[in-house]
Amino acid sequence: MDEIIRIKNMSKVFQSSSGEFKALDDINLSIHQGDIYGIIGMSGAGKSTLVRCINFLERPTQGTVEVDGKDLSSLSNKELRATRKDIAMIFQQFNLLMQKNVIDNICFPLTIAGMKKKEARKKAYELLEVVGLTDKAKSYPVQLSGGQKQRVAIARALAAEPKILLCDEATSALDPQTTKSILALLKEINEKYGITIVIITHEMAVVQEICSHVAIIGGGKLVEQGEVFDIFSHPKSQEARELIIKKDEAGVSLKKQKEVKELVTKHCIRIVFTENSSFEPVIANMVIKYQAPVNILKADTKNVGGIAHGEMILGLPEDRQVAELMKEYLRSRGLEVEEVYDYVG
Amino acid sequence: MWDKQIITMIVQGILETLYMTLGSTAIGYLLGLPLGIALAVTDKQGIKPNRLIYKILDVISNIIRSVPFLILLIVLIPFTRAIVGKSYGSTATIVPLVVAATPFIARMIESSLKEVDQGVIEAAQSMGASTFTIIVRVMLVEARTSILVGMTIAIGTILGYSAMAGIVGGGGLGDIAIRYGYHRYQTDIMIVTVVLLVILVQIFQSTGMLISKRLDRRKK
Repeated sequence: MDEIIRIKNMSKVFQSSSGEFKALDDINLSIHQGDIYGIIGMSGAGKSTLVRCINFLERPTQGTVEVDGKDLSSLSNKELRATRKDIAMIFQQFNLLMQKNVIDNICFPLTIAGMKKKEARKKAYELLEVVGLTDKAKSYPVQLSGGQKQRVAIARALAAEPKILLCDEATSALDPQTTKSILALLKEINEKYGITIVIITHEMAVVQEICSHVAIIGGGKLVEQGEVFDIFSHPKSQEARELIIKKDEAGVSLKKQKEVKELVTKHCIRIVFTENSSFEPVIANMVIKYQAPVNILKADTKNVGGIAHGEMILGLPEDRQVAELMKEYLRSRGLEVEEVYDYVG
Repeated sequence: MWDKQIITMIVQGILETLYMTLGSTAIGYLLGLPLGIALAVTDKQGIKPNRLIYKILDVISNIIRSVPFLILLIVLIPFTRAIVGKSYGSTATIVPLVVAATPFIARMIESSLKEVDQGVIEAAQSMGASTFTIIVRVMLVEARTSILVGMTIAIGTILGYSAMAGIVGGGGLGDIAIRYGYHRYQTDIMIVTVVLLVILVQIFQSTGMLISKRLDRRKK
């Protein structure tokens, strides 16, 4: 399929009174039409700047951004505004017009593009149906819940019939249940209208839920990119490992963290089960075979891109030799084995 | 002493005060609104930053605002005479009132517009809205409650200034208060005019607040 977004050697430097700050460093990224592309990173990694360079809300200092074959830096202001109509955006804070009701919010991008009010309203009601909020047409944003506001924002974003939808931490202000329903809606939109979706997030769960591809950004650099399944099973970069392994621990209480930490032996590994390896009781067999106990520090199954996926973090015995044998054993059973040095429960 | 003549004079004074206040507010907004928009837009954090324009407007409005109104009133006498043809009476007073009110109004507009959520402006930019569209359809609409509150304050201030103009024969209730209360020691007439001024300010204040509250959609 065609590349709809192509970023080449892009850097962004911010000038401030305290000197220069390189927010993005030599980014190369291609996104194909119809993808749901996740861009994930810790806060301050530069992901919000990156997404703003895709619609030129921020102008890159170096490099090029091509959207649908057009080099954005070559466009006049007027052409750029016209192109932006193809690149819709939704935000963490929803950014609805607070003094306008739901239907007028959705009409906004249509009327500024010159559509007649009556026509715009008709279209807005159709979109409201897509996002399932027809009964809230006359409500004001303040009367809506976070999830409802994001639905209105999605309807507003779809109004101009964009080719790309940029989501800047669109679910970060929402609870897990609402996040799921918003992600489901995004997936539905992707399938129904073929809109390419770029999702900026710091939550691995969001990427796992709907993304086909993912790029990992850290310190302004793209450290890893590829299919979600691949990166989840063999994360290569430090950033990817941190995001994948630490993702669930945010909610764990301090006390529990301390308890887990005491359990952590010096030598930890992370293993990933693919479909074939889940049948045999590998861990139990291994413990019997080597007559040495292992600590199961974490175990989880995940649905990644529609494929069942098991993940465990094991604390191996202090005895180096036994530990090495165990790793060999696990590998021989077709498991992905990876050293974890900085696991903090 | 409370004969028909005095009552007519006081009624006349109320009308003149209203004429001066509302007249200068109207002209003041006609000039101050674009200036305030220019200040908000060209500011460093604005949607079209322009240091030179911002600095020029900033300095001018600060200079005018730092001159006390009474002095401005006297300094502007030749200017007023050139525009209106005379330097006394309520129409002439409108000239210094507008000069004093415009930068004040511009500042109020500027601060109202700066209160508008940056995210909403960014959303409009991401939809391909032009600067003009963003000013008219996003900033002014989102800030309307705050702008109305500002207008209420501006009217109160201008009404107070208009009373000061009584010193140079500016007409209106302030003029009556100074002529009768100060020059002729007729305290009763002065008290009546002061009470009337207070009532006028109160009416404008309550109406302004009521309208702005009615228009605000941010409350449940």
